[in-house]
Amino acid sequence: MRRFLRPGHDPVRERLKRDLFQFNKTVEHGFPHQPSALGYSPFLRLMAIGTRSGAIKLYGAPGVEFMGLHEENNTVMQIHFIPDQCQLVTLLDDNSLHLWSLKQHSGASELREECRFTLKGPPGSPPSATQITAVLPHSSREVLYLGTESGNIFVVELPSFRVLEDKTITSEAVLQRVPDDYSNRRSCDFVEALREHPKNPDQILIGYSRDLIVLWDLQNNKATHHFLGSQQLENLYWQRDGSKFISCHYDGSYAQWPVSSDNRQPEPLENVVPYGPFPCKAISKIYWQTTKNGLPYIIFQGGMPRASYGDRHSISVVHGSQQTAFDFTSRVIDFFIIFSSEPTAECDDPSAMVVLAEEELVVIDLETAGWPAIHPPYLASLHCSAITCSHHVSNIPLKLWERIISAGSKQNIHYSNMPWPIDGGTNVAPDPPQRDLLLTGHEDGTVRFWDASGVCLHLLYKLSTVKVFLTDADPNENMNTVGEDEWPPLRKVGTFDPYSDDPRLGIQKIYLCKYSGYLAVAGTAGQVLVMELNDEDAEHVVDHAEADLLQDQEGYRWKGHEKLKTRDGPVRFEAGFQPFVLVQCQPPAVVTSLALHSEWKLVAFGTSHGFGLFDHQQKRLVFVKCTLHPSDQLALEGPLSRVKSLKKSLRQSFRRIRRSRVSSRKRRGGSGNASEVQEANAKFDQEALQEMELAPVQRKIEARSAEDSFTGFVRTLYFADTFLRDSSRHCPSLWAGTNGGTVYAFCLRVPPAERRMDEPVRAEQAKEIQLMHRAPVVSILVLDGRGTPLPEPLEVAHDLSKSPDMQGSHQLLVVSEEQLKVFTLPKVSSKLKLKLTALEGCRVRKVTVANFGSCKTDDYSENDLAVLTNLGDIQIISLPFLKLQIRYPCIRKEDVSGIASCVFTKYGQGFYLISPSEFERFSLSTKWLVEPRCVVDMPEVTSNNHVHHKSSVENAAGKS
Amino acid sequence: EFRRFSLERSKPGKFEEFYGLLQHVHKIPNVDVLVGYTDIHGDLLPINNDDNYHKAVSTANPLLRIFIQRKEDADYSAFGTDTMTRKKNVLSNVLRPDNHKKKPHIVISMPQDFRPVSSIIDVDILPETHRRVRLYKYGTDKPLGFYIRDGSSVRVTPHGLEKVPGIFISRLVPGGLAQSTGLLAVNDEVLEVNGIEVSGKSLDQVTDMMIANSRNLIITVRPANQRNNVVRNSRTSGSSGQSTESSLPSSTPNILTNFLQGEEESDEEDIIIEDSGEPQQIPKAAATSESLESLTQIELHESTQNGFLPSTEMNSDHSAGSVSMEYEVQDPDHKSLEEDGTIITL
Repeated sequence: MRRFLRPGHDPVRERLKRDLFQFNKTVEHGFPHQPSALGYSPFLRLMAIGTRSGAIKLYGAPGVEFMGLHEENNTVMQIHFIPDQCQLVTLLDDNSLHLWSLKQHSGASELREECRFTLKGPPGSPPSATQITAVLPHSSREVLYLGTESGNIFVVELPSFRVLEDKTITSEAVLQRVPDDYSNRRSCDFVEALREHPKNPDQILIGYSRDLIVLWDLQNNKATHHFLGSQQLENLYWQRDGSKFISCHYDGSYAQWPVSSDNRQPEPLENVVPYGPFPCKAISKIYWQTTKNGLPYIIFQGGMPRASYGDRHSISVVHGSQQTAFDFTSRVIDFFIIFSSEPTAECDDPSAMVVLAEEELVVIDLETAGWPAIHPPYLASLHCSAITCSHHVSNIPLKLWERIISAGSKQNIHYSNMPWPIDGGTNVAPDPPQRDLLLTGHEDGTVRFWDASGVCLHLLYKLSTVKVFLTDADPNENMNTVGEDEWPPLRKVGTFDPYSDDPRLGIQKIYLCKYSGYLAVAGTAGQVLVMELNDEDAEHVVDHAEADLLQDQEGYRWKGHEKLKTRDGPVRFEAGFQPFVLVQCQPPAVVTSLALHSEWKLVAFGTSHGFGLFDHQQKRLVFVKCTLHPSDQLALEGPLSRVKSLKKSLRQSFRRIRRSRVSSRKRRGGSGNASEVQEANAKFDQEALQEMELAPVQRKIEARSAEDSFTGFVRTLYFADTFLRDSSRHCPSLWAGTNGGTVYAFCLRVPPAERRMDEPVRAEQAKEIQLMHRAPVVSILVLDGRGTPLPEPLEVAHDLSKSPDMQGSHQLLVVSEEQLKVFTLPKVSSKLKLKLTALEGCRVRKVTVANFGSCKTDDYSENDLAVLTNLGDIQIISLPFLKLQIRYPCIRKEDVSGIASCVFTKYGQGFYLISPSEFERFSLSTKWLVEPRCVVDMPEVTSNNHVHHKSSVENAAGKS
Repeated sequence: EFRRFSLERSKPGKFEEFYGLLQHVHKIPNVDVLVGYTDIHGDLLPINNDDNYHKAVSTANPLLRIFIQRKEDADYSAFGTDTMTRKKNVLSNVLRPDNHKKKPHIVISMPQDFRPVSSIIDVDILPETHRRVRLYKYGTDKPLGFYIRDGSSVRVTPHGLEKVPGIFISRLVPGGLAQSTGLLAVNDEVLEVNGIEVSGKSLDQVTDMMIANSRNLIITVRPANQRNNVVRNSRTSGSSGQSTESSLPSSTPNILTNFLQGEEESDEEDIIIEDSGEPQQIPKAAATSESLESLTQIELHESTQNGFLPSTEMNSDHSAGSVSMEYEVQDPDHKSLEEDGTIITL
């Protein structure tokens, strides 16, 4: 090892490396996995989301975001902003409270945990005595009121978290004032809700879980009013003027209560079950918002008829005669209303409703008729259908960028035009250096185009390949229509839809040429589509070809899925990328590699059986090559999907459950010795289990042989204009690498442009290299005479790259999972190699050429290889000498899906999935760094008191 | 013939120079010879490269006894552990070859004529409790045939005895290469793979390393059964009983290059088929001025690949990348075989 490291210790190089490389995880894109709490500060205009893993994320104006992580990794239960402060308190499920603050530090705000606190009861008291159920940050900003399961309310001082014991409001003290018949019936319930009076900070409303509500005077330490209900309480809400409050209940009802000085024990003004008369689910949260026109907005979560709609996740908005029950695609975690925070305003005048569901964020515009949704600039649900692959394209030309945006805008017409209402903080990050696109392929056959230039990953355009095919399920177009007399008036909102009609539609490979606008997309059932960008709607026939990859191989039977059926006749496509050629591989195995050459107008595709080349100009199959080893039965028989989605495994487990049910029924109905069979089965299972436990985990040490399975699996395809046959003439070539360590090189003859349609493209196999270590070939690359990787097609034509050096001799770089090797061209002789696996025991998973610029000088940049290994490390390896420059741990090695999802950019950044719905963005470069940098200032407060009231009410409403 | 001459202990020079000096001193400039010396334990050990030459000079006390044999009639059996202290004085073997004629042993062939299957290597630089085994894999006719597992072993540390995780051989496949050598056994702890320590690496990493090196696998183990070790100062030990097919010391002075050539053949035989012609092995690119850096790179890989990098347990005399001798004692005559028999039963 010592000798291995020695060459790296050149002080000049070491200094340069510091100027070129650094590793940072910069920002998380997408929707937080398993959100558990929501908070909002109308004062800061910031939203906070807590997750089950203890993360807390703050969002404001696009680009303004902060992230914090609790050390404990416990679920965040509640989030409350401290009124008029850059501070918030979180409650975790271990009953600990944490105070966070936003502080400015060298020109940008940072979110930091200040301190933590756990409420301790007197010795010997049960844990429920101090189990916090409700939190109220008082508008004085000095104290927190903590309601507990015991019914006691503790008061702690901020920011010290000192318990003010003399101020504790015990349930006994509260019950003293309550009529005897009540206090005898129920003693100590837990505190369900705590709400400060909107006008009088000395009064707080305490709601106990059964049916007692008390208005408590903090000054005199006594209850002034009490309200006796008949139903279990869920939540409370003050009306703006403090004359009435509203309570909602477990039985799906809500009630309005008057607060006046003359009646100390009033009856409810009204008691409504909005979706009665049949039993309804609980209303867990309610808002009563006043408007200038007098008709209030009543907004409540839940309350659906138990029997028929009990499984819906709904929030209902009632405004006069208008009523809509928004039906969400997943469980509602919490929601809040954005309303006038003008302290002098008499009415709430709600403008938007923000709903955090388990899988997505939905914002509804309440000002525009029809209450349309607002397109969020961040927190996109990446996983609205499971992500199956991703592809990154850097530095998109402005023209293409605008055309994609324009195609996307035509898809977004049903969204509201309201500007994003959560707009706190200021983004002070420099503008992104270039326009980057991240393309994600999904299980439902769609490709989504994301603006990945900056901190906000924003959906630009969605492309569906489904229209080309005939599928069982017809697209359900009347999803959003509501019948006139439909009750309850449900309306589906949100885009999360993890159920794919046909898994064969799944997208597996994407290749976009940013110069020509050609896009190639390949899928699970061997389908390859070539598309072209069209700014208008169009109706046309998609040319269809079949590529029989088995060719002359005899006697094989494909046992996997059938190929997709295509639609006959012309198909109508909306503006955007429109397919014009479809190639279907036979057998219809998943496409494992794809390459597109937009200048030569060729597309190459590979599966586990072989690869083919298609001329999409002449719409003609040029050739196919079968890579199968005759003994490789496995590849022949079944489908192979490397990315197995959660959904799929779920479906399988359901199937398994169903099957076991069926078989058990059968068993019961069978002969009399069924129990014996069962017993024997159980015994067998147990023995198998025991054997598994006893046998240690062991690994077989065996050299790879040519007979291993899936050796023919085509892992990579690469087009290059290089010296394949002789050193005087270069020619177009196609390279393919397989799982068995074989590299095929084909010499291509592409007719000149003027005769492009007249003469056929010809291909001839020129070389076949068998790596003796037989490890899968991950990538193939040709380096020009200067040792620089060849430019992308059309890159030189667009003056965006120096033309490659065709004078010096070219070199071939073959990256297998185990080694990196450089060979000379055209005569193949081995030049140098780096044996990664033999030295470190790691294997190459992903590799890309990345350009690294120096942060010190503008005129120096170099190309290196960025390599992700199966251990989750990222190594940077120099070109063309294959020297290890630096290594960074990036992904946990157990996180197989994270490693599989990783995609590098051309400028030393990358993305990988940290959950089904979130990409982590990282940077290896000192120069190209996209990370949030933002400032949150304390807004100026004209009249303190008024703002206090509102914000505290708002904050306290954070309980679902 | 005896010669006596002096060398500067601090600057012994290179083996080639020394070899030239010997040929000069004995006035046999064109005769290939085998060079050996007796170490402090009384073993006759070969001198055929810089490292063991330096080791030999450093053991001189102050006299260093060196034996030279003409290569054609060399008695390879003379080398190895215990050779100098056996009942039969090795000197008589060496000096009076007629002694041998009375009891002619069967010379099968020069070791170069055989293809090695496995060998114990670096015996002189490893602790006695360790064994470095090299498995040569040719073709696919015989599987390597072993499994490894996680386990824990007890180490002596500054804080006392500590349990540390380790990698162990868990199973040998009957008829596999590993089993047929007899050099590896179930529960042997794997310490290094091709010169790279496995401590701190996961079972999967070690598996990948072994598979990546499967054409020339060198594993250093701590055998579970420590009784068959090569105990160099013991009277009764011998390692020949363990190795069924082992190679004798390669006697040519340029053992290093020999190795590398062999290495290249076994490791670099990527195959190219040009224009659907006959498969050929891919040659190495000739060095050009431009690829000077790449050359050093190649060298570097080879040396690490060979697994002769110093391990921490190695004798400090043999530090930096010592490509040292590879040898194994094989006693051709019956008597010592009987001896071995008794040792095995110990």
